[in-house]
Amino acid sequence: MGAVNLSDVVKRFGDFTAVHRMSLEIPEGSFLTLLGPSGCGKTTTLRMIAGLLDPSEGDIDINGRRVNDLPIHKRNLGLVFQNYALFPHKTVAENVAFGLRYRNVSRADIARRVQEALELVRLPHLASRYPAALSGGQQQRIALARAVVIEPDVLLLDEPLSALDANLREEMRVELKNIQKRIGVTSVFVTHDQSEALAMSDQVVVMSEGRIEQVGAPQEVYNTPASEFVARFLGAANILPAEARGIEGETMVLDVPGLPRLGIPRSRAPRLAGAGAARLVIRAEKLALTPVDAPADDRVSVPAMVEAVDYQGQSARYFLRIGEGENTHQVQAINMIDERPFAEGEAVSVRVRPRDCAALPLGTANGGGGSAA
Amino acid sequence: MGWNLIRLYAVLVYLFMFLPVAVVVLLSFNASQFGAFPMTGFSMRWFVALWENDAVMRAFRTSLLLGLLCALISTTLGILASLALVRYRIPGRNLITTVLIAPILVPEVVLAVSLLLFLNFIGIGKSFLMLLAGHVIFTLPFVILVVQARLVGIRRDVEEAALSLGASPRQTFFSVTLPLLMPAVAAGALFAFTISFDNITGTLFWKPGGVETVPTQIFAMLRHSISPEINALGTVMIVLTVGLPLLGASLARWLSMKRGV
Repeated sequence: MGAVNLSDVVKRFGDFTAVHRMSLEIPEGSFLTLLGPSGCGKTTTLRMIAGLLDPSEGDIDINGRRVNDLPIHKRNLGLVFQNYALFPHKTVAENVAFGLRYRNVSRADIARRVQEALELVRLPHLASRYPAALSGGQQQRIALARAVVIEPDVLLLDEPLSALDANLREEMRVELKNIQKRIGVTSVFVTHDQSEALAMSDQVVVMSEGRIEQVGAPQEVYNTPASEFVARFLGAANILPAEARGIEGETMVLDVPGLPRLGIPRSRAPRLAGAGAARLVIRAEKLALTPVDAPADDRVSVPAMVEAVDYQGQSARYFLRIGEGENTHQVQAINMIDERPFAEGEAVSVRVRPRDCAALPLGTANGGGGSAA
Repeated sequence: MGWNLIRLYAVLVYLFMFLPVAVVVLLSFNASQFGAFPMTGFSMRWFVALWENDAVMRAFRTSLLLGLLCALISTTLGILASLALVRYRIPGRNLITTVLIAPILVPEVVLAVSLLLFLNFIGIGKSFLMLLAGHVIFTLPFVILVVQARLVGIRRDVEEAALSLGASPRQTFFSVTLPLLMPAVAAGALFAFTISFDNITGTLFWKPGGVETVPTQIFAMLRHSISPEINALGTVMIVLTVGLPLLGASLARWLSMKRGV
């Protein structure tokens, strides 16, 4: 039983179903991210947990108590918005104190707790300022202080970093995660940014079109995607048509048309039971380009032709053609540059470790996002 | 050359518009028995005469009461209507908005007569209440326009933040929405007061016998003679209807500057 439980939650807006029968368990004290493109239902889900939307079906429990009929102001939640949503007519201290005023906290305790919350976000010197005089990053830290000062049962974060500029976003990401760890509050974080999700979460829930595609730890969803959608949404992935030939010991044997036979660890194909149509997934940064005459090593090597180079400074993204005869495939590889990038039209050999490949069955129930990229 | 002509023309237009007003204000301080030039000296006697004129003071009190009640009711209804129209999905929202704004567009006389006939039809005679109702209908559109415009600019997530922090919807309204709405509420209330205080067409149709407002009182006095008292009364009205909104606007600006909003 988690701190927050969703069971068979459905949300419909008229004829449109925003969330399809979703069940989710969020463990006490964990940091869970709802990740997906816009319109995937992640914000709708967050707003249902918050009580800003009523589920059409299903139950939502917080700390073992069904909250479907509990209005938002009785749920004891901390809510942080993309646009900070500070009260512009109140000072920073008044903003942070706001939630405590509705909680029978004595005047002296309010002052002390506001001070502590401002110290937590390292902005105690701004207590008497108005929000309009603060930068975006400062405003979001105040918003965070205001949300955590009430000691909420759950902290809900709705794309809190999206309005900040790039450098600040990464700084705030670390700080937000640290604060969450320090106070140990169960947190639900909504984002469309995969790097935020991977960097901050204990658990990532990848969503698409109102459905959960995969739930897992960041490394798990990154390394063994449960569907093509997940593979494509998290980072740059090559997805090749394959035929699973069967299991030999701890190895799953796969044939990709035009390429040599490949055996990958079974743990990298947990959803493949045996022979059948499949997909081979290789991350772009796991494909390494080497000169054709480089000595052999433990990696599988196939000849390739560089079709295009996208130079990015310390690294480059290569578009390569691999395979033989009619069965050629375009793949991309992201490599650090050693001395000079490979040139367009150059013949190279491209190498990959079998354990860096993953395989998916073709057309599984949650593999619906086949053409999504 | 061309520009100078246009400048001269503009000056003449403004003179045409404001010279009569200036003359009224100037003559209200004239010591002479007659409300005309030449001025014979500076005097406050006509203001004293106004003060001592029971009919005028009664009309003044009526107008003041009417204006204040009208502002109070219009502003309250205007806030409620704006909240409903902006924050909730109501069927026929556009139609309701149009109907609420319509009194600005319909000629005042038409509205005045129709309200009179309608209230007679349902058996409500002329009364102070009817006068008040009429003024509210006239002033409500202005309040709604001002308050709605401001409400659209108040982000919903600020209210959601207040709710999430434990404030009930009512507490959220009074601690967040209303304070943020205040400049528009004040402006709307001032509009309502000055429009009501100024109104004559509707008032002539709706006022019960024996009740006069300042404009109808001036109108009645003009029928006998042009007394310098009227100049003084005009000056008081100008101060009230021009000065109050200016004061309100600068107060609002000062308040928001202080907060840096």
